[in-house]
Amino acid sequence: MQIGGKYQGSSFSEHLAVDHPQLVPDWSRLAVHFDSSKLPHGTTVLALKYSDGVIVAGDRLATEGNRVASRDIEKVFATDSHSLMAIAGAAGPAIEMARIMRIELEHYEKIEGEALELDGKANKLSQMIRQNLPAAMQGLVVIPLFAGFDLRRQTGRLWKFDVTGGRYEEAEFEATGSGGLYARESLKKSHSHDIAKETGLKIAIQALTDAADEDRATGGVDLQRGIYPIVDFCTEGGVERATDSEIETIYRAIIGGGS
Amino acid sequence: MNMPFYVSPEQVMQDKAEYARKGVSRGKSSVTLEFQDGVVLMAENTSSLSKIGEIYDRIAFAGVGKFSEFDQLRKIGVRYADTKGYSYSREDVRGKALANAYSQAIGDVFTREMKPLEVEVIVAEVGETSLAGHERNAIYRIQFDGSISDHQGYCVIGGAADDLNEMLRGDYRADMSLGDALQLGRRALQRASDGQPQVSPENLEVCVLDRNRPGRKFTRLSTDELRESLGSD
Repeated sequence: MQIGGKYQGSSFSEHLAVDHPQLVPDWSRLAVHFDSSKLPHGTTVLALKYSDGVIVAGDRLATEGNRVASRDIEKVFATDSHSLMAIAGAAGPAIEMARIMRIELEHYEKIEGEALELDGKANKLSQMIRQNLPAAMQGLVVIPLFAGFDLRRQTGRLWKFDVTGGRYEEAEFEATGSGGLYARESLKKSHSHDIAKETGLKIAIQALTDAADEDRATGGVDLQRGIYPIVDFCTEGGVERATDSEIETIYRAIIGGGS
Repeated sequence: MNMPFYVSPEQVMQDKAEYARKGVSRGKSSVTLEFQDGVVLMAENTSSLSKIGEIYDRIAFAGVGKFSEFDQLRKIGVRYADTKGYSYSREDVRGKALANAYSQAIGDVFTREMKPLEVEVIVAEVGETSLAGHERNAIYRIQFDGSISDHQGYCVIGGAADDLNEMLRGDYRADMSLGDALQLGRRALQRASDGQPQVSPENLEVCVLDRNRPGRKFTRLSTDELRESLGSD
C-alpha cells in the first residue's frame, strides 16, 4: 500500500478532503424532496457549568417523525480528554460529525505534539457545521453543544451553535433539540453560579425530565426498561460519566419528593 | 557522439547505502524494549524536538537519523492510521500493516530518488489482552533501504545498533518491570555515547505503550517521573 499524500497540515478533515475525497461524508446530494423526518433524529441535550467544570447530558431517544427510531442511542460524546460534544438533529450526520471531531482533535494532538486550545476546538466544530450547511438546507440539520474544561483558564466553558456555524459562548447553561426549550426553562429556574456536582447532576436530570414531560420526542428516564440519560462531567481531571444507579436515585427523589 | 556516463547499478546502490548509513550513524541511538506491561521506547535527546511519537491507540513510532525526514514519516504514519481507523474500525489499525507501508515508502525513495532517506524507524505495537488474536506485542525495524525486520523483546536503531543489540541479547530478560527496563535502556544508551558523562533523565526521551491504560495506550514520561523510576544514581 502506498502512503503519503499531498496534504501536509495538521487537520484530519482537510487531509480527507485533499487525499481521500471519497471518504468525506457528503449528504448534500440527497434529493431536495426527500422527507428528512424519515431519518432518526436526536432530541434533547443540555450543558451547564458547575463548580468543577461542566456537565453535559442528553436523553436516549431517537425519533423518525412520530415513531421511535431508537430508545437508547447516545448523544453525548467525549471528543477528547477535556471536551464533550452533545448532538441534536439528524442523528446520522450528527454522530458522524462527532466521530470526525474526535479524530480531528486526536489527530492534531498527535501531529503537533500538543492539544488544541478549547477555543480552537470550538472553532473547528463551527467550521464543520458550516460545511454541513448544504445538507442542513435540505433538512439534515445538526446543532451540537460543545463544552469542556479550559486548562489555561482553569474553568468549564460551553458553546452553542447555529446552522451556519455561528458560535456563541454561554455563561451558565444551554439546551438544544426538540425539548431544548423546556430543558432551558427548567435550568433557568434551578441553575445558579458555582453549584456543587450533586446539585448539577440533579438539575440536569430534572431538566431532562421536564423536557420529556412536555416534548413527546424526548426520552427522559425510562425506569421500566432501565434506560437512563447520559450525564458526563468534564473537569480538570478529565471526563467522567455518571452511573445509572446514581441517576436512578436522583430521579426517584425527583418524582417521589416532587422537588 | 556523446556517450552516456555509465555507473553500474551495483555501484549506485552501494554508494546510496553508504551515504544513508553514514547519515544514520551520525545520530544517537534509540532503544525499544518489551516489559511486563507493554513496550517502552527510549532515546537520548537533548533537544525539545521529539524522536518518539504516538501513531494510534496501540502503536508508537521512534526514528533516528535526519530529524526532518523521520518526523515527516511519523506524520505520514499518523495520517495513514487515522484514515484507516476512520474508514474501518480502530482495531483494524495494526502495526504490521503500517511497518509494511513504511518499508514500501522508504524502499521506493531508496531505489527511485537520487538521495536516500537517512533514517531508521521503529514501529512498536502493544498487545491487547482482551482482544483474541491481538495479545502479542510487536516491534518492527525499517532501515534506510526499506528492509524490514521484526523483533522480539528488544530492538536498537541508530549508529550503535549492532553493538547494542548484541549487548541486549545477553542482558534482556522477558517480563521485566518498567523500572528494570528503563535501567537497562539507559545502560544501553550510555554505552552508545561512550566518553560522554552519564545519560541523565533530563537528556532522555521516554515513551511507554502501557497495556493497562484504557483507549490510547501511549504516554510520555516526564523528567520527574523518569527520575523517580531511575532512582538517584
